[in-house]
Amino acid sequence: MTKNLVVIGAGMASGRMLEHLFETAPGAYTVTLFNAEPRGNYNRLMLSPVLSGEKTYEQIVTHDEAWYQAQGVATRFGEAVTLIDREAQVVHGKNGAVPYDALVIATGSAPFIIPVPGHKLPGVVSYRDLEDTNAMITASRPGAKAVVIGGGLLGLEAAAGMAARGAEVTVIHLMGHLMERQLDPAAGYLLQKDLEKRGIRIHCKGATKAILGEDRVEAVLLEDGTVYPADLVCMAVGIRPETRLANDAGLEVARGITVNDQLQTSDPAIYALGECTEHDGQLFGLVAPLYDQAKVLAATLARQGAAFKPVQTATKLKVTGCDLFSAGDFADAPGREDIVFRDPGRGIYKRLILEGERLIGAVMYGDTADGAWFFDKIRSGADVTEGRDTLIFGPAFAGGAQADPLAAVAALPPEAEICGCNGVCKGTITAAIQGGANTLDAVRGLTKASASCGTCTGLVEQVMALTLGDGFAANANPPMCKCTDHTHEDVRRLIKSMGLKSIPAVMQELGWTTVGGCASCRPALNYYLLSDWPLDYRDDRQSRFVNERNHANIQKDGTYSVVPRMWGGVTTPAELRAIADAADRYNVPMVKVTGGQRIDLLGVRKEDLPAIWSDLNDAGMVSGHAYAKGLRTVKTCVGQQFCRFGTQDSTGLGIRLEQLLWGSWTPAKVKLGVSGCPRNCAEATCKDIGIVCVDSGFQISVAGAAGMDVRETVPLLTVATEDEVCEVTAAFVQLYRENARYLHRIYKWVDKVGLDWCREQVADPATRAALYDRFMLSQSVYQADPWADHAARPAEWSPVADLTLRAAE
Amino acid sequence: MNLIDIAALSDIPREGARVVRTPQGCVAIFRTATDQVFALDDRCPHKGGPLSEGIVHGTSVTCPLHNWVFDMATGEAQGADDGRVATYAVRVQNGRILLDAAFLSRRAA
Repeated sequence: MTKNLVVIGAGMASGRMLEHLFETAPGAYTVTLFNAEPRGNYNRLMLSPVLSGEKTYEQIVTHDEAWYQAQGVATRFGEAVTLIDREAQVVHGKNGAVPYDALVIATGSAPFIIPVPGHKLPGVVSYRDLEDTNAMITASRPGAKAVVIGGGLLGLEAAAGMAARGAEVTVIHLMGHLMERQLDPAAGYLLQKDLEKRGIRIHCKGATKAILGEDRVEAVLLEDGTVYPADLVCMAVGIRPETRLANDAGLEVARGITVNDQLQTSDPAIYALGECTEHDGQLFGLVAPLYDQAKVLAATLARQGAAFKPVQTATKLKVTGCDLFSAGDFADAPGREDIVFRDPGRGIYKRLILEGERLIGAVMYGDTADGAWFFDKIRSGADVTEGRDTLIFGPAFAGGAQADPLAAVAALPPEAEICGCNGVCKGTITAAIQGGANTLDAVRGLTKASASCGTCTGLVEQVMALTLGDGFAANANPPMCKCTDHTHEDVRRLIKSMGLKSIPAVMQELGWTTVGGCASCRPALNYYLLSDWPLDYRDDRQSRFVNERNHANIQKDGTYSVVPRMWGGVTTPAELRAIADAADRYNVPMVKVTGGQRIDLLGVRKEDLPAIWSDLNDAGMVSGHAYAKGLRTVKTCVGQQFCRFGTQDSTGLGIRLEQLLWGSWTPAKVKLGVSGCPRNCAEATCKDIGIVCVDSGFQISVAGAAGMDVRETVPLLTVATEDEVCEVTAAFVQLYRENARYLHRIYKWVDKVGLDWCREQVADPATRAALYDRFMLSQSVYQADPWADHAARPAEWSPVADLTLRAAE
Repeated sequence: MNLIDIAALSDIPREGARVVRTPQGCVAIFRTATDQVFALDDRCPHKGGPLSEGIVHGTSVTCPLHNWVFDMATGEAQGADDGRVATYAVRVQNGRILLDAAFLSRRAA
């Protein structure tokens, strides 16, 4: 048999309770719903966006007329309950009485009105319901003056909303800093600064003495004598549980209506729910515990056992652009310790409060991305001793257990640059996605992010995945190696945007799943870091492949080949004699001329390397880097000095280019050729960069190959002078160094980014000059002969101990 | 145990190796980023590559010739590759590396 359930108050808590009840026990009750407001349940939390004009009332309605009809709820909206007759189990309203088997009181809260003189003047409003909101909307025409009394959550939302509509708003707050219940003084200060920046005047330590006015509000007078003119005064100093009906009915009421774990009042047939209740000495103002209450009460009414246990809640301010977060307990107390992070430049403040090994509170301002993560730690009471050093940096830094590949991107602040080509930051991309751009092309179209060189595509996709959740399927781009889920492109971009300057920092911040990486990622990271931070990062020799570590090419038998540099393929009798002497002295089994116009000494033992280098150094020769992911050779023809067809000094230009570029590390090897005429004897058109001299100047072409793939170069630019050849070539090499993935030759990289984009970069004089300057900066560090350095310490190249004699004893 | 003092720990770069010459061939002494020390035959079972020239990552080393990966603690090849490198007892005491040279006499005998 259905019973009669009467609910007083159609707020968010009772609305949620009814939803649960209809779901778990459909038909168990015939429901009558009273509401003093002439409407049903709407999302009160969203009144602030309505006030600021970001939403309309219709958008925040939770239950409309059709819903109540469908559920068979008899609605008595706009009708205040006048009396609860507990004896007869009847509720009396203006329009008649309703009997009940069970009664739920959900009368919510009433704004606290300071009883100063003038508090009843027209123009004084509180901030609880749609009427208040509409009054403020009407009053906050541009230029109007509004005073908000109370600098708590509600007061500040009211102030920001009215300011957004053009009113001149002053906030008067009794305490020393804003939102003192949720924020500590430092965060309160940052919040005040942000609000002041948007034109809201803040007056802290201000006690209201009187509200002045003849027949409506004209000004507010403070105890210290300050007077603020006001067309409207919003009193938002706090709320108190609305308990008048319960009091009148003789129910047990402390500060709120006293309820037990089943939300039952002192009368077993009467329940209470929401902000009007007091449970275990505690009052409730935030929505999360009230939704828990709703669930418990629905279960109780459906005769399923349930008990209400209040949980901790976190606070976020709903003022666009003010990013604050507060959770748990942050008062100073003995035995508590703080971890504090401040970035004054960006207005960021984070404070964690620890008690023993547990996190018990968190206050953040400016960057609250990790709020949920901290809140979870507070609620779970987990031991945070391990990782305490980096706790404040959040999940992205926690590494290890936090293998979520999106964590690092999630942790980036909105102003972090994602797309370097077009200067697009994360916030812009997020906004575009939220604005409806749900494909990569749409995001590109709107923001230009990843629309140029494309290396940040993976990152843009991660931002999309974060924003759209499961609704997004990324393009398959394999991760760098098994140690990480990030692609090469992502890692490169994150190294720059997160300012990572060491291999351990990259592995930690980007959540490497292995200790120390692997033989695949370590050399790549070493290259990316030295390329991006030539002055800050120090080359890590142990992260180099054997050839680059030993500055010689290892052969199948463990011996090495040694190739001295011959600038532009030009040598001298003295150099040839020195090479011949060295070959004799170290019993070099083979001397061979290479395809790049060099002489290769094959079969040198490792322990002889320092000595042979020393000899060659003495003859004026340096390493030919025949082993390097770096500049290898510049091959030349003889040019106009001897050749009857030569149009320019191709040999001289080749030498000049080699002297400019040698020693630079690149993603993969780089070979150049310079031919003195279109007959192209230096085979320049199958090199990474080829220069062909013509009468009028120099044709620079790029992206050739003559290895596993054979490619003809494609024209990049034609220039008139050798100086320009050098500048364009160095700038192009730098563009490649900064953008390509490790082990991609120039032709592979150009295939990806497009020749047009490359040409735009090096053709633009300012961009070209900047690239050139960055290249030369790197060269100031890396253009050095490695042989000279190592030849000075030959002991390191020999066995560290010799046990052959000892064993013979 | 027949411990022989072969070198100072600081003679070997972190995430690097040096070799000890023995009558049975070279033994590679590895030092990890966290100063653990391992001793393995300096010869990959695949094509004889010098493991001492490989990249050291965690407690593994990758052969420089064809990228076989070995767990330095056990000498076992990792992943799809099948093979094993002999390992030798080694310890660090007062900053010196002590190698158990028992294998020398055993093999010589």
